[in-house]
Amino acid sequence: MPLTTVHPQFIIKRDMDLCIQCGVCTRQCSYDAQKIDPEDGRVSSDPRTCVGCQRCVTLCPTGALVVTERELHGRSHPNWSLQVQRAIHRQAESGGMLLTGMGTDKNYRIYWDNLVLNASQVTNPSIDPLREPMELRTFLGAKPERVEFDDEGNPVSQAGPLLTLDTPIMFSAMSYGSISFNACYSLARAAKNAGTYFNTGEGGLHRDLYEYADHAIVQVASGRFGVTPQYLDAAAAVEIKIGQGAKPGIGGHLPGEKVSAEISATRMIPEGSDAISPAPHHDIYSIEDLKQLIYALKEATNYSKPVSVKIAAVNYVVPIAVGAVRAGADIVAMDGTRGGSGATPTVIRDNVGIPIEFALAAVDSRLRQEGIRHQASLVVAGGFRNSADIAKAIALGADAVYIGTSALIALGCHMCQSCYTGKCTWGICTQDPYLTKRLNPEIGTRSLTNLLRAWSLEIKEMLGGMGMNSIDSLRGNREMLRGIGLTTEELEILEVAPVGR
Amino acid sequence: MKRVYAKEEVCIGCRLCEIYCIFQHSGHHTLVKAFLDQENLPEPAVRVEEDGAMSFALQCRHCDDAPCVAACIAGAMTRDPHTGAIKHDEERCVGCWSCVMVCPFGAIRMDNEKGKVGSKCDLCEGKGIPACVAHCPNEALIYE
Amino acid sequence: MDMHRLPPFKIHAACGTLGILDRTRAAVPAEDIVRGMANMRERGNGLGAGYVGYGIYPEHADDYCLHMMGLDDGARERLRSYLQTVCNIRHDEPIQTRPTPTIHDEPILWRWFVQPREDKLAGRDPEDYLVNVVMTINRDVEGCYIASSGKNMGIFKGVGYPEPIAEYYRLEEYNAHCWIAHTRFPTNTGGWWGGAHPFGLLQWSIVHNGELSSYGVNKRYVASFGYECTLFTDSEVISYMLDLLCRRHRLTIEQAALAMAPPEWEEVDRVTDPARKRMLTIMRQTYPGALLNGPFAVIAGHDGGMVGLSDRLKLRPLVAAEKGARGYIASEEAAIWAAGGQPEKSWPVVAGQPVRFDLYEAKEAAA
Repeated sequence: MPLTTVHPQFIIKRDMDLCIQCGVCTRQCSYDAQKIDPEDGRVSSDPRTCVGCQRCVTLCPTGALVVTERELHGRSHPNWSLQVQRAIHRQAESGGMLLTGMGTDKNYRIYWDNLVLNASQVTNPSIDPLREPMELRTFLGAKPERVEFDDEGNPVSQAGPLLTLDTPIMFSAMSYGSISFNACYSLARAAKNAGTYFNTGEGGLHRDLYEYADHAIVQVASGRFGVTPQYLDAAAAVEIKIGQGAKPGIGGHLPGEKVSAEISATRMIPEGSDAISPAPHHDIYSIEDLKQLIYALKEATNYSKPVSVKIAAVNYVVPIAVGAVRAGADIVAMDGTRGGSGATPTVIRDNVGIPIEFALAAVDSRLRQEGIRHQASLVVAGGFRNSADIAKAIALGADAVYIGTSALIALGCHMCQSCYTGKCTWGICTQDPYLTKRLNPEIGTRSLTNLLRAWSLEIKEMLGGMGMNSIDSLRGNREMLRGIGLTTEELEILEVAPVGR
Repeated sequence: MKRVYAKEEVCIGCRLCEIYCIFQHSGHHTLVKAFLDQENLPEPAVRVEEDGAMSFALQCRHCDDAPCVAACIAGAMTRDPHTGAIKHDEERCVGCWSCVMVCPFGAIRMDNEKGKVGSKCDLCEGKGIPACVAHCPNEALIYE
Repeated sequence: MDMHRLPPFKIHAACGTLGILDRTRAAVPAEDIVRGMANMRERGNGLGAGYVGYGIYPEHADDYCLHMMGLDDGARERLRSYLQTVCNIRHDEPIQTRPTPTIHDEPILWRWFVQPREDKLAGRDPEDYLVNVVMTINRDVEGCYIASSGKNMGIFKGVGYPEPIAEYYRLEEYNAHCWIAHTRFPTNTGGWWGGAHPFGLLQWSIVHNGELSSYGVNKRYVASFGYECTLFTDSEVISYMLDLLCRRHRLTIEQAALAMAPPEWEEVDRVTDPARKRMLTIMRQTYPGALLNGPFAVIAGHDGGMVGLSDRLKLRPLVAAEKGARGYIASEEAAIWAAGGQPEKSWPVVAGQPVRFDLYEAKEAAA
């Protein structure tokens, strides 16, 4: 390896008392950080290429390995941290934009951790979810403002086409191409098991997944990859992808080496060619253009399924989201700045967009002020880590959430943020057949189904504790939240009282 | 009878099945000790066959019509009347390699030093789920 | 947004309730309901009680009667000058009271009989207009609070136990065919007379025993239709909800009950009649914000009668009874016996299913 100013990011520690030289680590590493020395046949490590994915650590049968982040060596400086220096060194060598994967690792405040939930004590009883039905059923789409009845007492009002969710958690858009078929397959099957939906992202729907299309939200993105009448017809809902929390304002790029025969067939692009999604939709330069696309898709699907518009949470998220509702969106999905991605320029990921907590609070309030909250459902995404984050989002006004990263973690992801390399050792974010085998879809389906079940149980427990037996009574119920350690202005935007009041 | 089946499509070639097979038949209490005792390290009865992305774990199928039993000239290969598993008795084995030649799966290995059959899957007899199955990280081996 | 009110504080209270309706419109003596309320002394703590009487202003039966509570001497004139800009004041007078031991800190009490000004109405629905007037007064006219705003009815409430409140307001002087009363056990607020119950909006009046866990949802739901909660009590939000559902959305009381205390999905899923299933489904899909969750037992008065409704788990007591033309709904059956002797029939109000007593004439009119 030639001299580089980019220092290794990880230290690989091998306890030689425990190492049995079995070589499992070398077979698992796709980054050549664990190798068998051809001279003596012994296992050796090279920290310079290690990405810290923890695959070798997990598979080592004797627990002989530790891979840790290197501490900053050299003189410390608050402005010129290791990360900052590293980025400069890398760019000085490559002359290119820095790419990364997953959501931002910049230390932005996670506002969920500054919000606490309520529970009943004395004045109203908590409800025991083991003894009473606890309702999580959620409908996404446009509902009538009121129900009108005819003279016989039959309702004449109709809701728009709705998605019915047994739990308010869906899988976020992750395309076939950015993730492996086995990952898509696991998401699809788990969505079906749990009575919820997965999202195809902009990668089309693989022919083997049409079986699960009634649980699929299919995306129409700026590259229009894989969009066919069959694709739209099969889906439960159609989502127009405008933006993504990890890369607001920019398009997508799936490198040609990932475009295998299967992906080429699914996306309808030549094998080996780069799949480039433009930054804007070139038929949407204004809100009225968005309306045209929304109605084009509604026409194409005979008004039989809800149309969602997914945007990144940015400064002007409120007028944009309200505009999307007025343009006919049945669902507005908002992705916050902590949202993930398979590949995004680091500078965009870490510096553009706003936290989902504020976007959600502001948009929900404005839609209510405008009296059009019933016209569309709000789905939020961007770094939901556990059921409490989800309960808090619902209390702020979300109808449901999309989870991406936490689903990938359930599939084995260890957040090494190297998705863009295509060498994911966990078989998730790669198309290399040697690696994709590592994600057994049976296990993947089970893990994801378990995660949704566990979180649903926890949400029910929290609901019961708050003295309610329906998620309907938590949705937008900001009385159930209190803020801790937040400024008056933050509380005002969130419309949440501080703890103690 | 219950057998071990390999699922090629999810075998990741890590060879943990081999390692745990060795440990299981080593007589040691810990994996590390088993491998420190290099002189007495048993041969694994399961082997991962690999070619690029294709891999799977191969071991005795315990065939219903077991050709190895018929071919054995020394009576070393027998079928356990209770479990149906094919067992190999090293004491009786004379190293004629007839079993190796007739095995349609190539699942029997020679130990040239001892001049006898070196390893042959015994389904971890009497010890519950076979070690290779229990420790496969990707459920590529199933016992049913 | 009105920042000085952020964050709104939810008011917690438990209660005793009793309603008596004579379906022939014969007068129900105020002594009856006071006796019934006295029987439930345990359910209050002297920090709030109140009554609503229907049919009490026959000489002004077609005018909206605003019961004002004023915090200072200037409140009445401030209200008058505002009212003159939006309504024709047909008549106004003090609400008669008598000095009563244990009743103190009383506000200025005044009643106004009004009609919306035609020139201001400009084709709008007069009731929508009046709702807006009431909201504006409660929010913007300093020191003024409108306790009730319906026709031929009025709310009398204050800080104290029910008996002295009745004595203070000289209730025996009114001829009401329906009385509904309330005694409170507030856990964190005392002194404010306007915070006592019943709560009223136009024809609706609400007394309530419970604690809505869904308050935050319900408050924001009615707010999106222009109802601004200023008291942060369940009764307030329930009255707005009833006004919204029954008047503006034109639902029947039974349909409104389906919105507020709907059957659980498990039950809806078991319904075999497709038309009914469709109706229940669209109601739940449309009215998640109207679902009142957590314990509640409500008695609601309106110009056609009286309704009782409890939450879908029946976490608070509510009993109904009949004796002749009289219908009763109360927190406790003992209060009904105390008010009117042994009823001919009594039954517990079933979870989520409304009990309604209608004026006979209202029934005939409907038929």
